[in-house]
Amino acid sequence: MAGLCNHDTDLMGVAGNPASPIHLLDPRAKVCGFVLLTLVAVSASFATWPVFVACAIVLATVAGLAGVGAGVVWRRARVVLPLVLFVAVFLPFFRAGGTEWSIGPFTVSEVGLETFVAVSAKATIGTVSAVLLGATTAFPDVLRALERMRVPRLLVQTSAFMYRYLFVIVEETRRMRSALLARGYHPRHALQAAAIGRVASALFVRTYGRGERVYLAMLARGYRGDMPQLDTLALRRPDVVFLVLLAVPLLAVRLGVVLAP
Amino acid sequence: MSCAVDARGLVYRYPNGQPALDGIDLHVEHGERIAVLGPNGAGKTTFVLHLNGLLRGEGELEVAGLRVDDDSLHELRARVGLVFQDPDDQLFMPTVREDVAFGPLNMGLPAADALAKAREALAAVRMEGAFERAPHQLSMGERRRVAIATVLAMGPQLLVLDEPSANLDPRARHDLLDVLERIDRTMLAVTHDLPFAAELCERAVILARGRIVADGRCEELLADDELLARYDLELPAGFDPALVTRRPRPDSIAELATS
Repeated sequence: MAGLCNHDTDLMGVAGNPASPIHLLDPRAKVCGFVLLTLVAVSASFATWPVFVACAIVLATVAGLAGVGAGVVWRRARVVLPLVLFVAVFLPFFRAGGTEWSIGPFTVSEVGLETFVAVSAKATIGTVSAVLLGATTAFPDVLRALERMRVPRLLVQTSAFMYRYLFVIVEETRRMRSALLARGYHPRHALQAAAIGRVASALFVRTYGRGERVYLAMLARGYRGDMPQLDTLALRRPDVVFLVLLAVPLLAVRLGVVLAP
Repeated sequence: MSCAVDARGLVYRYPNGQPALDGIDLHVEHGERIAVLGPNGAGKTTFVLHLNGLLRGEGELEVAGLRVDDDSLHELRARVGLVFQDPDDQLFMPTVREDVAFGPLNMGLPAADALAKAREALAAVRMEGAFERAPHQLSMGERRRVAIATVLAMGPQLLVLDEPSANLDPRARHDLLDVLERIDRTMLAVTHDLPFAAELCERAVILARGRIVADGRCEELLADDELLARYDLELPAGFDPALVTRRPRPDSIAELATS
C-alpha cells in the first residue's frame, strides 16, 4: 500500500514548491492560461516555428517559478507522450511532398518530416501544459475551477467520483491480480488470458455494487439530487497579471509570425 | 413519549420474496448504547438501512422521535447518523473537508457554518489534521474516524454504526473505541466483534434470521455460552465479559438517559 501511495503522489499529486506564486493562483487562471497556451501551439505549423519556441519558453518560465523540476515533468509526460509520438512517427513515410529520400525500401518526404516535427512539438507542448497544471493545482481545485467555468456539472461530478475511486479500484485490481498469481496463474497462450476477462467482469460487478452503496451513503446524508457548493473562488490581481503576462507575449508572437513578410 | 428507536413487527422482504427482517420488535431509549449482535446474513445491515429510511419495510417504525414515512425522510436523515461498514463507500468526495461538509450543506447551512461544523466534527474524532487531505491518503482507522465525523457534523441524535471495528488493527480499534466512548449521542452499533460490543455498550440484542432473539445487559448475554453458540457467535478464547471495564458515558448523555 505504501508503495502504491508513493507511486501515486509521484505521478499525480501537486509537485514543486506548494507556496510558489504559480501554485497559489486561482485554479481558473491556470486552466485558462494553459488552455490558451495549448491552443496557440496547436494553431501553429512548421513554418511558424517561433510560436513553438515562445510556448516552450513560457512553459519553462512557469515551471521554474513553480519549482517543478524537469525530472517531474519527464516522469509524468512519458505516460502519455509515447502514445502520441507513436502515431506521429509514421507521418514522414506516408505523407508525400517536397524533396524525397529513399532509406532502403522506405521513402521519407520533406513535407512528412516537417509535419512530424510540428505534430511532435504540439503534442509535447500540450502534454507539458497538462502536466504543469496537474503539478501546480490539486485535482479537486481543477474540478472546482471547471465547475465555476460552466463545464456541465454532470461531467465535473463524474470526474470527481472517478478521481476518488480510481485508487480504490486500482487497489482492488492489484488484490485480484495477486490472487491469480498466488494460484499459479501464468498464461502461456492466448486462451489462458480468459481469466483476465473474468477479473475485469468481477471488477465491473464490484464497482457497480459500490456505486449503489455510495449512492445510499449520499442519500443517508441528505443528498436530494444536487451536489452542494462549498467553495467560492475569487479572481485576484495576481491571477489577472499571470494571464496577461502569459497571453500577451504568446499572442504577439503568434500574430507577429502571421503578419511578418 | 419520544424514544430513539421503536420498531414493532418490522418486516422486510428481498425482491425475491425471501424475508430479511421477519418481525423485529425493538425499543431503544434516548441515551442508550446498544449493540446489535448476530452472525453474517442475520439481517443486521438491512435493519440499519431502515433506521435512516433507506429501506422501507412493513410494520411500525419510529426513529429519533419521527415516524419513518415520505414526509419525514429529510429530517430523519439529519437526526440519524448512519456510518457504513466500508469507509470507502462513505467518503465519496475528493477531500475530507468537502466530505464532512456535505451533510451540513444538504441540511441548508451556509458554507461558512458547514465548514465550522466540519472542523468541530473532525476535532471530536481527533482528525483535525486531515482537513485538506484526500480520503485515499488516510489509513483504514483514520478513514473510519472521518466517516464518523461526516455524520457527527449533521448533529444527529442517534448514531448508527455498521460493523465499526471491521478491518481495523488493534491500535486503530483501540483509538476508535476511545473516540466513540467520548461521543455524547445515543448509539446503536451493529457488530459481530463481541469484545468491542462489551467495551462500548451496556445493552445488547441478538438478531438472527431476521428476528430479535435475545435482549439484555451486554455482559450477561455474552456470558451465556450456550446462547452465543446457538446463534453462531463466539467470544475470543480467554475473554471474560465480566472483567470488562467500560468508561462511563459523557455526563450530557447519561443525564439524557435518566431523564
